Amino acid sequence: MSTVEYTETESGHRQLPIGWEHFHHEADMGIRGWGPYLASAFEQAALAMTAVICDLQDVRLATTIRIECDGQDDEFLLVNWIDALVYEMATRSMLFGRFRVSISDGHLVAEVSGEPIDVARHQPAVEIKGATLTNLRVYQDAHGHQVAQCIVDV
Amino acid sequence: MDASRLVRKNEWEWHIAPERGMHVPGVLYADQALVEAMDDKVFEQITNVARLPGIVKASFAMPDAHWGYGFPIGGVATFDPDAGGVVSAGGVGFDISCGVRTLLTNLTVGDVEAYKTDLADVLFASIPAGLGSRGDIHLSDDQMNEMLAGGADWAVRCGWGEKVDLERIEEHGMSAGAVPGFISEHARKRQRSEMGTLGSGNHYLEVQKVVEIFDPTRAAAMGLKLDHVVVSIHCGSRGLGHQIGSEFLKRMALAAADHGINLPDRELACAPLDSSLGREYLGAMRAAINCALANRQIITHLAREAFGRVFPNASLNLLYDVSHNTCKEEFHEIGGLRKRLFVHRKGATRAFGPGHPELPDPLCQTGQPVLIGGSMGTESHILAGTEKSESLAFSSACHGAGRAMSRRQATRRWKGRKLVDELAERGIIIRSPSLRGVAEEAPGAYKNVGAVVDAAHGAGLARKIARLEPMICIKG
Repeated sequence: MSTVEYTETESGHRQLPIGWEHFHHEADMGIRGWGPYLASAFEQAALAMTAVICDLQDVRLATTIRIECDGQDDEFLLVNWIDALVYEMATRSMLFGRFRVSISDGHLVAEVSGEPIDVARHQPAVEIKGATLTNLRVYQDAHGHQVAQCIVDV
Repeated sequence: MDASRLVRKNEWEWHIAPERGMHVPGVLYADQALVEAMDDKVFEQITNVARLPGIVKASFAMPDAHWGYGFPIGGVATFDPDAGGVVSAGGVGFDISCGVRTLLTNLTVGDVEAYKTDLADVLFASIPAGLGSRGDIHLSDDQMNEMLAGGADWAVRCGWGEKVDLERIEEHGMSAGAVPGFISEHARKRQRSEMGTLGSGNHYLEVQKVVEIFDPTRAAAMGLKLDHVVVSIHCGSRGLGHQIGSEFLKRMALAAADHGINLPDRELACAPLDSSLGREYLGAMRAAINCALANRQIITHLAREAFGRVFPNASLNLLYDVSHNTCKEEFHEIGGLRKRLFVHRKGATRAFGPGHPELPDPLCQTGQPVLIGGSMGTESHILAGTEKSESLAFSSACHGAGRAMSRRQATRRWKGRKLVDELAERGIIIRSPSLRGVAEEAPGAYKNVGAVVDAAHGAGLARKIARLEPMICIKG
């Protein structure tokens, strides 16, 4: 069984300038986002995270909240970003479907839009426990895209 | 995994000789088919754990070992605090003290069959399950601290259960040495409304029937009777444990270099037992263990109330409660000396053999019950710790079936509604807030738990006592 390279593409192909996909982990799920900038890769990774839980198109953008976090490097910033979203989802009982991220000097500021969880409509499959350091990578790929990925524990 | 990379010691035991920085060998308990079905990542993870400072005897993998984070899921690793040993947040995992408890009922299969749908509905209405579900219990700051210090003992004091339950829980329902002060505000906030909730993913409450007895004497001593009904609950420390796991994983990964630890994989994040970060994690992790024990105790109470509404004379007595994701301070013999050690069990179960002083009568004669959950449509098993399990793997055994395919592969192959209908035709009632969640947990997405249990029995880690099949599954 292969590991990172076995991708289960959801929304497009890596040739596209921007997008996200899931990749394989035996017990859990890998999330990967890419785009022209670090911030867009982080936005796409967050979309991939919500898609682990439910269909993105089912999340209405009713409320917007602000999230800020820091990281010792880009990879820890990604983990802290995903963990911040997990925390906000859990404590607000919300799902998020749109992410507007800006990053400068290791500091992330985001406007995140979504709505309260509606179990009947969203059919949430799993609860994300947190971002792991497994297959955690932030890098530039052969297409010149910024890529942000890690495995989330569900 | 390529079995030719291992040295086969006997039918059930495989060794990986120490190489390149490994302090101890790797030891894997499984049959050939299970070994060959394991991901190569498991081999790599077993050997990486063997490279951590202060590890004792071997880096062990149980028959259900699969690719985890840093540590394999189904990994057991023991560290000596006097030899620079470490405690690892990655080695415990995010869902601290996730575990299973099984309750014995006085009901027969016939009793329950007659009211099965009613019982399923009442249980589903009584026990919050799934993402975003909230319990009716909201803890104040003081109550939160009491819960974190007291575990199931606190829950019983609050009226959720009986004092007699406590002797049937590891550490008598309360992890000593918990330090609530090391639990962050974020972790507390995540837990405030999550007491008494099942969670999601592979967590469940099942009503099961005893369909096969392998060891009549020990089964009788445990109170397991053919054609009788038991209830099993699988869940963990909820948002609080997840938050503590996430926070310390990052802190330990960043501090490793300062502690002079070279991590072969960041996910092995650890700190010396004798360091302030190590001590802080132990205090927080033990408080999270207490959160899980309190949570399973409250759900037990809710299940008893629900059964009482359908069967006024029903009794649900705790057989035992085991935790899967822990690091515990225990005494074991090393080279003829009794030593204080720290045993990580990541997706593995403690399995004390007969005569262990922690076990109450009559479990002291049978060995500690080892509760193995299968997937929702198949079967679960009850085993017991053996005289040998101490010398094999620090009194440890397997914990479940392990996934055979990813969640996404499962949702491509199965649809939730169809699965629920198919299982209903076989007499298994599923109640879940999410059909997609049901599809991701499809029975076919899991390995054959029977093979795992046979390997644990064959290796001598635990002995088979009884086999259970589901009647009702409340899935988170």
